Amino acid sequence: MEKKPAKKSPGGVSRRDFIKGMGTGALGTAVLPPLLGQTIPTKKGRVPVYDKKTIALTVNGQKVGLAVEANETLLDVLRDKLDLTGAKRVCDRGECGGCTVLLDGAPVYACMYLAIRADGKAVKTVEGLAAGDKLHPVQEAFIEKDGYQCGFCTPGFLMTTSAFLEKNPAPSLDEIKQALSGNLCRCGNYAKIYGAVDAAAKKLRGA
Amino acid sequence: MREFKIAEPRTMDELAALLAESEEPVAMMAGGTDLIDELKSGVATAGLVVDLRTVAGLAGITPEKDGLRVGVMTRVVELAEDAVVARDYPSLKEAALSLATPQLRNVGTVGGNLCQRPRCWYYRDPQVVCRKKGGFNCFAFQGRNKYHAIFGGSGCFIVCPSDLAPALISLGAKATIGTAKGDKVVALEQFYAPPEVDVTRENVLAKGQFLKDVRVPAPKAGQRAAYVKLKERGTWDFALVSAAVAGVVNDGAFAEIAVVMGGVAPTPWRLRKAEDALRGKPVSEALVRQAAEAALKDASPMRENGFKADLVFAALKEAVMAAAA
Ligand SMILES: Cc1cc2nc3c(=O)[nH]c(=O)nc-3n(C[C@H](O)[C@H](O)[C@H](O)COP(=O)(O)OP(=O)(O)OC[C@H]3O[C@@H](n4cnc5c(N)ncnc54)[C@H](O)[C@@H]3O)c2cc1C
Ligand code: SF4
Ligand code: FES
Ligand code: FES
Repeated sequence: MEKKPAKKSPGGVSRRDFIKGMGTGALGTAVLPPLLGQTIPTKKGRVPVYDKKTIALTVNGQKVGLAVEANETLLDVLRDKLDLTGAKRVCDRGECGGCTVLLDGAPVYACMYLAIRADGKAVKTVEGLAAGDKLHPVQEAFIEKDGYQCGFCTPGFLMTTSAFLEKNPAPSLDEIKQALSGNLCRCGNYAKIYGAVDAAAKKLRGA
Repeated sequence: MREFKIAEPRTMDELAALLAESEEPVAMMAGGTDLIDELKSGVATAGLVVDLRTVAGLAGITPEKDGLRVGVMTRVVELAEDAVVARDYPSLKEAALSLATPQLRNVGTVGGNLCQRPRCWYYRDPQVVCRKKGGFNCFAFQGRNKYHAIFGGSGCFIVCPSDLAPALISLGAKATIGTAKGDKVVALEQFYAPPEVDVTRENVLAKGQFLKDVRVPAPKAGQRAAYVKLKERGTWDFALVSAAVAGVVNDGAFAEIAVVMGGVAPTPWRLRKAEDALRGKPVSEALVRQAAEAALKDASPMRENGFKADLVFAALKEAVMAAAA
């Protein structure tokens, strides 16, 4: 998906609702933070609505606060605003796993997750896997076992694998295949990837 | 991705009011794993996306005395890993684990799964205006229809893509519909509506309404169930044909049985003729064949999807044998 500079939405809340929504609440509050959003009035009260929102999240252990558009995905924000290009944009529709990151520890597709929803969450990308210069055991195993060819799918596989092995430290080959079923490798390097995951599991168990 | 605003209602009252009163097209977002694709491609045209995640009380699995309540915002992974589901409803666990990929199950929800839009390639193409999108023609009918319906198509030949729906319906689940005027409970089977009711949507939800939870009745004594999903390939995929079977087995015969299929009709498809053929008779391959033949009398395959008739038999056999074993 190409990122185009944001334009003002022609759809969205009607102008009248917007003005009504701002009316009472915002009257005389010129110091209202600009990105706090608006509200839509309903018979059951005002519902908060955003075309942009300031969110606070943790990315690879660091606290980050930034403004995101309602229609930006987590992948857009990581790659284009935070310069973290480890998560790859490949299919951009939830079918390949190249964009896999960990959200509160669980692998998700960053291309299918709205950034606005990452507010308050912890995100881990492949850039945060190593501890300083010390590679993560999963990274070491992928290098030792040739777990990649072109390497484009590798960040996604690393993220899925690192989360999986924490849940299941001694997986069978079948369990490995199931766990990695959401990551595709265009080079077809699956046999070596499975071998690398097995080797990583052994490293992590100290076996 | 097209532009939209995102509303964050905090209560079901706010949600129902917002849905009922909005003058512009709105789309509810649960996990977003289906909706985001439609917003990117332009098939979904909502200017206002309503976040269900901020609404209190929509998530979670709660054991109740007459069964299990599953809130719509329960993530598929939670259903797949729930201990009560594993113990009492193994076919539901199987269906949950069969669906999509680990990454999508971590985000996708039960409600989103039950309300997901069809996968017909003409529908998913933003350039094509078929009957489902307000046009005059069903392009699948004359065109490419390998993955389309063999039962119940009338003017539109989509298939139910959900893995959870057939499993839940076979277990007798009910759906709670939230509205501004209070809740309505219907059999989950009745939640789905065929194209002749309104070709532009797949369920009975009217403007202002949302799916709130599903309730699965407590398992009966001796209840047996199985879910079988036949796919075109080994890794993730939607079902070509799936079969959910649930019932009570006595002396090698089903005393009670429900058979529901996915991938064969615009709605989850109940095979009542197969149920009648199977009920009360000792299970055997020959009996399953008779049952499949009885059900297939209602089938009207198109040019490219006749193979699904064979898969109806194959899925039924595997599911019946697994449940009866
Ligand atoms: C690559 C890929 C593979 C997939 N494979 C499968 C598969 O094998 N089997 C399968 O069943 N699905 C599959 N899916 C579809 C989908 O990811 C899952 O069904 C998922 O559970 C949808 O849930 P969600 O919460 O993300 O839905 P969302 O995208 O949030 O919502 C889906 C639709 O339902 C509506 N909706 C959501 N919640 C409600 C509610 N409470 N009331 C009314 N309307 C509501 C939304 O408006 C939207 O139109 C796949 C998707 C992808 C991208
Ligand atoms: S099957 Fe339905 S969605 Fe597909 S082209 Fe025909 S009318 Fe459109
Ligand atoms: S880029 Fe996200 S799954 Fe392919
Ligand atoms: S190594 Fe090339 S895509 Fe996997």
